Amino acid sequence: MTTDKKICTDMRRNVLQLAFNKGNSGAHIGAGLSMIELLKVIYLDTKRDNDFFILSKGHGGISYYTVLYEAGLITKEELYSFGQDGGILSTHPSKNLKIGIECSTGSLGMGLSFGIGKALSTKIKGQDNKVYVLMGDGECNEGSIWEGAMYAGAHKLTNLIGIVDSNKFQLDGPTDEVLSCDLEAMWRASGWHVESIDGNNCDEIREALKAETFGKPLLIYANTIKGKGISFMEADNYWHHTRILKDQLDAALEELEISLLDSSKSLETDIDMTSIFQEVSENK
Amino acid sequence: MTEKELKKSIRTLSLLGQRGALGVTIDMLGKTNEKICALTGDLKSSCRLERFAAAHPERFFNVGIAEQNMVGISAGLASEGFIPFVASFANFNVMRANEFVKNFMGYMKENIKLVSINSGFSSGMLGNSHYALEDIAALSAIPNITILSPSDSFEAQKAIIAAAEYSGPVYIRLTGDASNPIVYTKDYDFVIGKPICLKESSSSNVALVATGSSVFYSLEAAKVLAKDFDIDIAVWNVHTLSDIDDASLESLANYETIITIEEHRKMGGLGSFITDKLILRDKFPKLRRIGIEQKYDLAGSFIACLEKNKLKGQPLVDEIIRLINS
Repeated sequence: MTTDKKICTDMRRNVLQLAFNKGNSGAHIGAGLSMIELLKVIYLDTKRDNDFFILSKGHGGISYYTVLYEAGLITKEELYSFGQDGGILSTHPSKNLKIGIECSTGSLGMGLSFGIGKALSTKIKGQDNKVYVLMGDGECNEGSIWEGAMYAGAHKLTNLIGIVDSNKFQLDGPTDEVLSCDLEAMWRASGWHVESIDGNNCDEIREALKAETFGKPLLIYANTIKGKGISFMEADNYWHHTRILKDQLDAALEELEISLLDSSKSLETDIDMTSIFQEVSENK
Repeated sequence: MTEKELKKSIRTLSLLGQRGALGVTIDMLGKTNEKICALTGDLKSSCRLERFAAAHPERFFNVGIAEQNMVGISAGLASEGFIPFVASFANFNVMRANEFVKNFMGYMKENIKLVSINSGFSSGMLGNSHYALEDIAALSAIPNITILSPSDSFEAQKAIIAAAEYSGPVYIRLTGDASNPIVYTKDYDFVIGKPICLKESSSSNVALVATGSSVFYSLEAAKVLAKDFDIDIAVWNVHTLSDIDDASLESLANYETIITIEEHRKMGGLGSFITDKLILRDKFPKLRRIGIEQKYDLAGSFIACLEKNKLKGQPLVDEIIRLINS
């Protein structure tokens, strides 16, 4: 079993448990599960102490907190205060430098601009800090994302790395149905070097982060599966924001256990993403 | 600076107008403070930032016509210890980017200095799409933002310097044309949150409480009232619209009548601010407002709009008399 798999499974367990603890008010389970590998590789394996990570898709807070826990920035007790009255971990993250949260997000389309400000600060100071900004594909509906995309592309901010967690769904349904557009082409047209990868594959994420960008900012277009890792949640937008019942939690946790035991059923390779995306578009 | 030099500086700032004062002051601050940055959205020349941009290209950012991104970038810069001045028309950096302002200046309290030129009617014939008659209202319900509204170019300079020294989010509202009327001919202390009584009254118990461009025209009106109507009336300059010190509030509370005057909607600006502060007291003055009604009227030149809305000249004098007697 790889460390990738062990840690990603631990993070998924925590996401599910946190969602369950939140009760009937529900949680962003689908997106929480799609971005686990991205968080693991970027936050735990790549980001140096002087680098910045900004979760622009703030509704991914539930999974962001699990990586803050893995990084030792919050305790288990603090993690489990998620969504509880009096706790500091609201659904959408609130700036808290003590635990590594640079920016308050939740209202979509704000983190990229903030990240550009960080990237420019670094350049003025003559430092080499990198800035990672994790966005959603639905979030790319926001006009402000493109204001930022154009600026970073035009000014060749090579210390800025954008990541789009393209899990193919947003609140109201498939992203291709709500507002269909060729996002990869739009990032390219805005002056970014785009690496399109399987965003649930840790090795592919690592490779993409090392890509030659030809003097452009790097955009990792991470094709992911919403609800990744739990068969009955994958690519089903019912799980965008909902509650999870006890028997569903038990079934999900059991699946994760089995996937750990069965090395042939790797979390990173067990789903043929192309067929899922085709299925989604055929269902339109 | 000698008295003569100061007088010359005040005259020059007045000729340049408040936007000129912005350019001169940012350039001056940038020379001695390496933390000062300037951002604008394709309005470098309008905001008179050419000199700063030429002198400090590494700290100047023209983001294009993209105000949300502009405010977001300034937040990132502020979070790294820089002091970003974000300059645009009030209609764009306050109204268009309002939610970014809420998130980054209100919620996150980043040390951003949002500076607006062309607030109020100063866009003249550009019309209602460019007027900013609601900017104070749009900001004043957001916690943590200090709102400054200087009365002339010299005070605009003082407000910008005070904002740079102050730690926390500030909004500076600039208005008027070049050849900005002069309120202050001498140096004085500008303290955030401390309004200034420019003219006390010995006989009446009425105060004109004004902000921004209305301060000068209130002083003019007070002169006419004294000369032609034998009404001696006090005039206050409320340059801060987010905080007020207790002593000043106490002084204001002691008038029988307060008439607020502002180049802003009657709702949500100076009138609302003063009312909110005084109305909680056991005894408070009769409160009356002069400002802009809740409608979009025909576009007009700056001065014509002021007169039409009873913010200048004889219409202002007549409205003051009407309100005193109401």
